[in-house]
Amino acid sequence: MTKVLLTGNEAIARGAYENGVAVATAYPGTPSTEILENIANHKEIHAQWSPNEKVALEVAIGASISGARALCAMKHVGVNVAADPLFTFTYTGVNGGLVLVSADDPGMHSSQNEQDNRNYARFAKMGLLEPTNSQEAKDMVGYALNISEQFDMPVMLRTTTRVSHSKTLVELAEPKARTLKPYTKDARKYVAVPANAKGRTVFVVEERLQKMAEFSETTELNRIEWADKKIGIVTSGIVYEYVKEALPNASILKLGYTNPLPLKKIASFAAEVEQLWIVEELDPFMEDQIRAVGIPIYGGKAELGRIGEYTPSLLRKAILGIDSTAKAPAATPIRPPVLCPGCPHRGAYYALKKNKKLVTGDIGCYTLGAMPPLQSLDTTICMGASIPVALGMEKARPDQAENLVAVIGDSTFLHSGITGLINTVYNKGTSTIMILDNRITAMTGHQHHAATGKTLQGEDTSQVDFEALCRAVGVKRVRVVDPGDLAALDQAIKEETAVREPSVIIARRPCALIVKHTEPRLQVNHDACVGCRMCMGIGCPAISFTDKKSTIDPSLCVGCGLCQQVCKFGAIVPEEVQ
Amino acid sequence: MKGTKSILLVGVGGQGTILASKILTNVAIKQGYDVKMTEIHGMAQRGGSVVTQVRMGEKVHSPLIEPGQADYIVAFEQLEALRWIHFLNDAGTVIVNTQRINPMTVIIGSAEYPSDALEQVKAAAPKTISLDALEIAKKLGNIRVVNVVLLGAMAKQMDIAKEDWLSALEATVPARFLELNRQAFQAGYDA
Repeated sequence: MTKVLLTGNEAIARGAYENGVAVATAYPGTPSTEILENIANHKEIHAQWSPNEKVALEVAIGASISGARALCAMKHVGVNVAADPLFTFTYTGVNGGLVLVSADDPGMHSSQNEQDNRNYARFAKMGLLEPTNSQEAKDMVGYALNISEQFDMPVMLRTTTRVSHSKTLVELAEPKARTLKPYTKDARKYVAVPANAKGRTVFVVEERLQKMAEFSETTELNRIEWADKKIGIVTSGIVYEYVKEALPNASILKLGYTNPLPLKKIASFAAEVEQLWIVEELDPFMEDQIRAVGIPIYGGKAELGRIGEYTPSLLRKAILGIDSTAKAPAATPIRPPVLCPGCPHRGAYYALKKNKKLVTGDIGCYTLGAMPPLQSLDTTICMGASIPVALGMEKARPDQAENLVAVIGDSTFLHSGITGLINTVYNKGTSTIMILDNRITAMTGHQHHAATGKTLQGEDTSQVDFEALCRAVGVKRVRVVDPGDLAALDQAIKEETAVREPSVIIARRPCALIVKHTEPRLQVNHDACVGCRMCMGIGCPAISFTDKKSTIDPSLCVGCGLCQQVCKFGAIVPEEVQ
Repeated sequence: MKGTKSILLVGVGGQGTILASKILTNVAIKQGYDVKMTEIHGMAQRGGSVVTQVRMGEKVHSPLIEPGQADYIVAFEQLEALRWIHFLNDAGTVIVNTQRINPMTVIIGSAEYPSDALEQVKAAAPKTISLDALEIAKKLGNIRVVNVVLLGAMAKQMDIAKEDWLSALEATVPARFLELNRQAFQAGYDA
């Protein structure tokens, strides 16, 4: 069949299609998002965005128990959210195969931490596959589903950003039939109460680990490529490609299936080579286990480091002592990501900064409000943390109660903000919660959610009513404000933070990238501009300051009017007026 | 084409580097090459520095291009050309759009835009081709074709037949924009 160039994510979606997946679920998160977006194009598969990763995995578990093949995808930190059902599902086991895709992000290109989720597979006693390129990413979906059904457990397919977002050639295959296994009630397997779980620990989980270890020794996924035996490399994932690039003469034990490790195979490989190197990004996942059984290691984490991404030149330098990077970079000002021109979050942060509020933040585009010149955020921890963190601050420092505002996006509020809000009401918090409702999951590339009225596969559906929801959990003061109206926003922040009861301000305006802009673009009347730089304080990429005057770039301006509202001299006017 | 060719496309989020790299990889596949491409999504989409790496050859292992390895750098903006210039190899070629986009650090006055960015690039890379792709795109009536103008300029420097580029363009852009993109490609090729 034809070869096509696919990202790892597109390849995983194709793998789900070819290997009979019937239900696929996810919450968007870089670098995993495109997996579900691509699966959604196959109408034979039910593909859905869930409000968070825990719910997504639970839906996939339901599909598996009922006999269907299921796939659930998330970014690495999403597995933290889904860990609760995951750790019990490895006890109950599957009916239809279930693959959990964990897209890790070494180097933190778009994440708040660098956790190595291979540890989860070992912790939860489940199978683990690590693809190297898009072809393997597609093929390993099939392997994962088969292994899942063979060993009666969920299997993790662990990618990294360079696999998820690199395009490599993939050979397509015809899809297999989508069959449903019979479902029969089996409470001893699927009802995880202590009596049942105890039985499964001994007779299923531990016995299964033995069988998995035997499988790991014999599977074609773990293969040796013999070459010069001076240097022998044990590696997995994208790093295999870096090894091939940097050390074309080395012998390689390439591991595709890495939990449990094929320790016997590693020992016999080690015995044949002079220098054994363990080459893996992030944690010494393989290295620690290999050391623990007494296999002598020549080089690993101590020489290569455990932070960030590896590169071929890093390996060349550490293993061969060849330093190939001679050129130094030129001095250049950094170009950080910014809130877009017309972004509704800009007004919200400007108003919060003006009112000198202590702002607990959350995860999304609006995390960029921490950057200069707005610099409005005090904290960002994880999805949904803004509201509970504000309450904790209020309880620890009651004098700050009137100064605290928690900001959270619409999609993040649905993900895990609602429970925090319930907690604030229940525990008599008085802080103000601002839902920055831009009507979409923006940061990951505009995915629908439960309040947009559309499903992942484009069907019309119900919409969460934020106002009604906040009132239903006990918030009496709920108001909706347009963040494009600075005066109204300012008033709302002043009034709501002053009252000693929980209140919600819904700052509602659609993301600037999903609406058609009809307002006239703005320009600066240089005769009226006094060079006070007030408009520079909103941090709009369309405005620049040269020769003591502001100028608006017409190719960037969308006419949102925020700069006009902060200009005290009426110097910013619509294009056609001048 | 001998050995593996490495091409860096660098610019500012929103400038259309992704479409350009798509056309480039389509051309490479048509030539029968192994191709790998990598880029970073996410935070970088929002007006930050973006980089797409394309490697093509008989057999490509790593998708990464490292300092001193790029055969071509296609820069959609001056400062971005300077930021990545140390990735060029000694015989490499730079195609640079003279357009200047101020980063937020410059806008708020915490850093200065190097006024000699283009000169520094030319000093580091004797084979530098600079063109005002924005102006060319404006004359064609749509500033969004800056990317295809630059691709045309790059195509001229590469050892691949022009017809192959045009058929890749045809396969990648929507039919209603094809004529405009053909003109943009030609304008870049002739620049």
